[in-house]
Order: sequence, then C-alpha cells, then structure tokens
Amino acid sequence: MSWELLRGVISGTIMYGVPLLYTTLGEVIGQRAGMVNLGLEGILLVSAAVGFAVSSWTGNPWIGLGVAGIAGSVFNLVYAFLVVTRRANQLASGLTVMFLGMGLSAMIGRAFVGGGSKGLVRYQVPGVSLFSWATKSIFSYDLVVYLAFPTAVLVWWLLFRMRWGLSLRAVGESPSAAFAAGRRIAVLKYQAALLCGFLAGIAGAHLSVALARTWSEGMTGGRGFIAVALVIFSKWHPLRAIVGAMLFGGAVTLQLQLQAQGAAISPFVLNMIPYLLTLGVLWVWGGARRFAAPGGLGRVYLGEE
Amino acid sequence: MHRAWGGIAQFVKRGWTVAAARYAGILGGALIAYAAVLLLAGKDPIRAYADTFSFALGTRYGFSEVLVRMIPLLLTAVAVALPSRLGLINVGGEGQLYMGAWLATWGAITLPSLPKAVFIPILIVMGFVGGGGWAAFAGFLRARGWVNETITTLLMNYVAPLLVGYSVYGMWRSREVGSAAFPQTVAFPDAARLPRFFGTRVHLGLLLGMVALLGLWFVMERTKWGLKMRAIGGNPEASRRLGIRLGLYIVVVMFIAGGIAGVAGMAEVTALHGRLRAGFSPGYGFMGFLISWLAGGSPLGILMMSFVLAIVFSGGTLLQITQGVPFSAINVLMAIILFVVLANPRFSSGALRRGFQRGGGRR
Repeated sequence: MSWELLRGVISGTIMYGVPLLYTTLGEVIGQRAGMVNLGLEGILLVSAAVGFAVSSWTGNPWIGLGVAGIAGSVFNLVYAFLVVTRRANQLASGLTVMFLGMGLSAMIGRAFVGGGSKGLVRYQVPGVSLFSWATKSIFSYDLVVYLAFPTAVLVWWLLFRMRWGLSLRAVGESPSAAFAAGRRIAVLKYQAALLCGFLAGIAGAHLSVALARTWSEGMTGGRGFIAVALVIFSKWHPLRAIVGAMLFGGAVTLQLQLQAQGAAISPFVLNMIPYLLTLGVLWVWGGARRFAAPGGLGRVYLGEE
Repeated sequence: MHRAWGGIAQFVKRGWTVAAARYAGILGGALIAYAAVLLLAGKDPIRAYADTFSFALGTRYGFSEVLVRMIPLLLTAVAVALPSRLGLINVGGEGQLYMGAWLATWGAITLPSLPKAVFIPILIVMGFVGGGGWAAFAGFLRARGWVNETITTLLMNYVAPLLVGYSVYGMWRSREVGSAAFPQTVAFPDAARLPRFFGTRVHLGLLLGMVALLGLWFVMERTKWGLKMRAIGGNPEASRRLGIRLGLYIVVVMFIAGGIAGVAGMAEVTALHGRLRAGFSPGYGFMGFLISWLAGGSPLGILMMSFVLAIVFSGGTLLQITQGVPFSAINVLMAIILFVVLANPRFSSGALRRGFQRGGGRR
C-alpha cells in the first residue's frame, strides 16, 4: 500500500468516523436510559440542514454547528415526548421522528441545494509538521474532530463515574427499581434524550458543513441506523463505540479510495460495503451481546400504581 | 364457504363505523397540523388541499392515478401486517420491493419469448421470490436469535437499491439513445407487461393487492396457521413449549411477507415503467409500514388507509408541480399522522400495536 493511499485512508477514516462517533455516543446515552431511538436518521438530516442553512446565513460555521446541536436536542424532544410522556412504542416513535426529519430537512434545505460551505478551520497538531511534510494532512483537522475522542471519554465518565450516570443506567436497567430508589425517571429520560439529540445534532451539522460541504436531500444515507447498529456492536459502551465508528469510517474511506484509484468495481457495489460490514458485524456479534443490553431497553414503563 | 362470507359481513359491520370515525379524527388533526407547516413554509394550504382533492376525487384521470398509487401501498402494508402478528417488525418493505423488481426484471429481459399467460405468472413468482428471499434472510438471523429483524431490514433497505443501481448502470444498461442520461434496462417485451385496465394505468396489481388482503384476513382468522401465529405473537415462550416451531414460522412468514412486497416492486416495473430504473420507488415500503401501523394490521383498515395515503401521495406530486413544495415534504404529513396516533393511544388498536408493545426492540 502506497504512502499516499495510507495517508488518505487514515485521515478519511477519522473524518468519516467522527460524525458517526458523535451519533453513536448519543445513542449509547439514550439506550442506557432504556430508549431505542430509530429517529437518529431524522435528527441527523434536520441538523445537517439547519447547520448548513445557519452557516450560510451567518457566514460562521460555528454558529451553524451550535444551532444544529440545539435543533437536534429540540427535535429529539418529539421522540422523548412520545416515549416518556405518552408512553408510546419506541420503534414507531423513532420512525415518526425519521419521517419528520426527512420531510422537514427537505423543506429547510431546499433553498441551499447546490450551495457550498467553506468548512471549518483546520488546525495542525503542534510539532507534528517538524517530523515530515507527509504527516501534515493526517494531523490536520477541525476542532470537532479533535474533540470527538475526548467526548467519548467524557460520556464514559458521565455514565460510569458520575452519580447522574448511575441513576441513568438504573433507569435503563430496571425502571421500577430506579423509581423505588427515588430517581425521577421521566426527568432522567428527558435529559438523556436532550443529550442524545445534541450529540446527533453536532454530528449532522459536521456532515453537511465540514465533511460534504454541501446540502443534498437524504445526504446522511442511513448513518442514523448504522449508529443504532454500532451501539449494539459496542455493547453499549462509549469507549468501544470509538472502535465501531472508526471501523465504519474505514469502510467508507476504503470504498472512496478504491473509487478514486479507478478500481474496476462498480461504485454501487463499493457503496454497499459499509452496510454489509455493519450487517456482518451484527451477525457475528449476535450471540454474545444478549447480556450486555440494558434490562429495560425498549420496554414501555407504565409507572407505579 | 358459508362461514367465510358470514365472517366478512360480520367483520364489515363491526369494524366500519368505529374505524371510520377513528381515521377521520386522525386525518383531520393531521391535516390541520400540516396546514400550519405549509403556512410556515409560505404556501397556501387551502389551495393545496382543494387542488389535491379536486384532482384526486374529481377527475377520472386523477382517480385512476390514486388507484395506481394505492397498489404498492396495499401490498407493502400487508408485508408489514403479516409478520406483526408474530410480533415481528418488518421495516424492510422498501428493500424487498426493490429486490422483487430486480429479480422480475432479470426474468423479463433474459427469458425467451413466452406467451403472456405463461410469462406473467412466472414474473409474479420471480418478484415474490426476490422480495421473499431478501426478507427471509433477516428472518433467519432473527430466528437464530442473532440479530433483531428491525435493524437488519432497515439496513438492507439501503443495500437493495444499490444492487438495482449496480445492475441498471452495469450489466443491464440499455444502449438506446434515451438511456444515456437516465440509465435504465431495455424495454421489457410486451408479453412481460402486466395487463392494464379501462384505458388507464390501473393494472393487475390492484387485484393482487386485494387477493393479498383477503388472504391475510383468511389466514389469520380461519386457519390453524393464523391461530398459531397469534399464539406466538401473544406468548412466544408458551408457544415454543407447546411444540410450535418458532424459527420455522419466523422464516416462512418473513419470506411470504417479503414476497408480497416483492410483488409490489414487480408490478411497478412491469406494469408502469416497462423497464427497470434506479430509484424507481419514492419510499412505498416506508409508507406501507405507516399504513399497516395506522390500520392496526387489520385488512379493512389497510384498504382505507392506503386509499387515503394514495390521495396524499398524488397530492405530493401535484404540490411539487403547482406550489414548489418538495415531494419529500409529504413525509412531514406522514410523521404528523403517526404522531397523532402515538400521542393518543386510544387511536391505535389491534394486533399490530400489541405486537409492537411486545416486540419493543429488545432483540
């Protein structure tokens, strides 16, 4: 493998893996609180459209990113309202959010189809350029990318080292036990949903503003569903989510690199790689994961009478 | 036979008024909310609704187009309703539809010339097998307890259109002049075209959809398989102990369901387009899911809801042309309908909801 190709693969893996990592982390938090959210796809789409639109209006991608994060949170409240307050089925509620996101993002993004974005400022890791000119492109990313791994650690810290995380996991494992212990289930679930929406919102905006630098309908291409699959793969653990997201980022990059190199394989076949990889990973993982899932995942908590 | 007819009459009487009132309530609420969205987007909702209804219900052409739209919705809704009785959630109607179209296309362009009476049944079977095989794979993974069918069917929705794209841009690409800009296969032979009726685009698929609906009702209410399926949906563990082969039921039911969605895809390409194009479905499979959910999996409800959503669908096309609303904006209306139902549990009823409540997504 040539140095050029390797460099492309490494930086591409990180760039494509990062939005997925944020999304997966959000979903880890949600599922630890017992909520399966298939609406991530819709949240990603809406925040990608909002992020791109706001960046274009203000000329400042950071404002776009921030607004998209908030939009993701607010948008996920729709899901939380259905699931927590109305006690509706989680899968159907997730699909509601997905439909809503597909439609709203098309309406919001309509004016921006074909527009471009400057992207985010990239920073060099200090000192790296001393080694070699070649390492430059590997170690040159925007702030969102640099913050991705620390965010994973932060989520781990929140979930496994903080009192709040303990309560949250208790809610996900056994709502009645958490209730008996005096935890406010609805409040915790709403907090988890807000956090999940925020992380997915950042991811969506990063996709449109920094990665694709354009908006097109349905541009997230199922990343929301892949994130749900990656949560299973990472056994509901934020640090393992890094591995999953990078694996997927690697698959996307490999496919793009092969296309750029003029490989004699149809782009359609190459585009299947990430989905097939995800399916394959789930398949292989299938047997072992049963005990890792939060006990109350997907259940409707009907409250204590 | 007598009992069957009595059953239908009873079914119609019992279901009709309650169901009609329920759907009217859901739709009324959703239409008002969607009007607000249209207003915010700077469109005129009253004109939009008036245009849609006068086109869809007031003109012969418009009405026939509503029926045409209804066909894939009916079939994909049955493809969701059937597995839901087992507590299975099939969100993969879209992918199964594509695979049915894909395999049927293969038959239509490679088989030697056959008389229509032979060719069409062969293509229907191929469409069935294409969609069925696709869904049975997800069923198999679920039956072995490896992967939850919701996530696999969702992910496979992204693979099937790529396979169609690969074939249409690659090995099956037509060399005709018009195919340079829009890659597509060669036109199917006349014998491979599904018959159409009344000089409109309404085709044999409508009949197939009705058969699927009746079949769903008959199997669930009048056969021992239906009874066993309801038992599995109600309590899988107990049914297993009774000696019902759960895994077999899951795989076979997923195969049949996927097959029905596959027939929808086959009918779309052989009746309407006459060739296979990439991305020919505007999300029929997802809409079928929504319809089945709203109808609570009941055959009569599916019939009514797919008619209504077919009107919405035609309206989506119309509004795109007359008011410049993107076609995917109808997803917002879909979402609002779902939201109204989910936020008011008394609106949703029936087996599908029970299946969902239990399926939950744990595995």
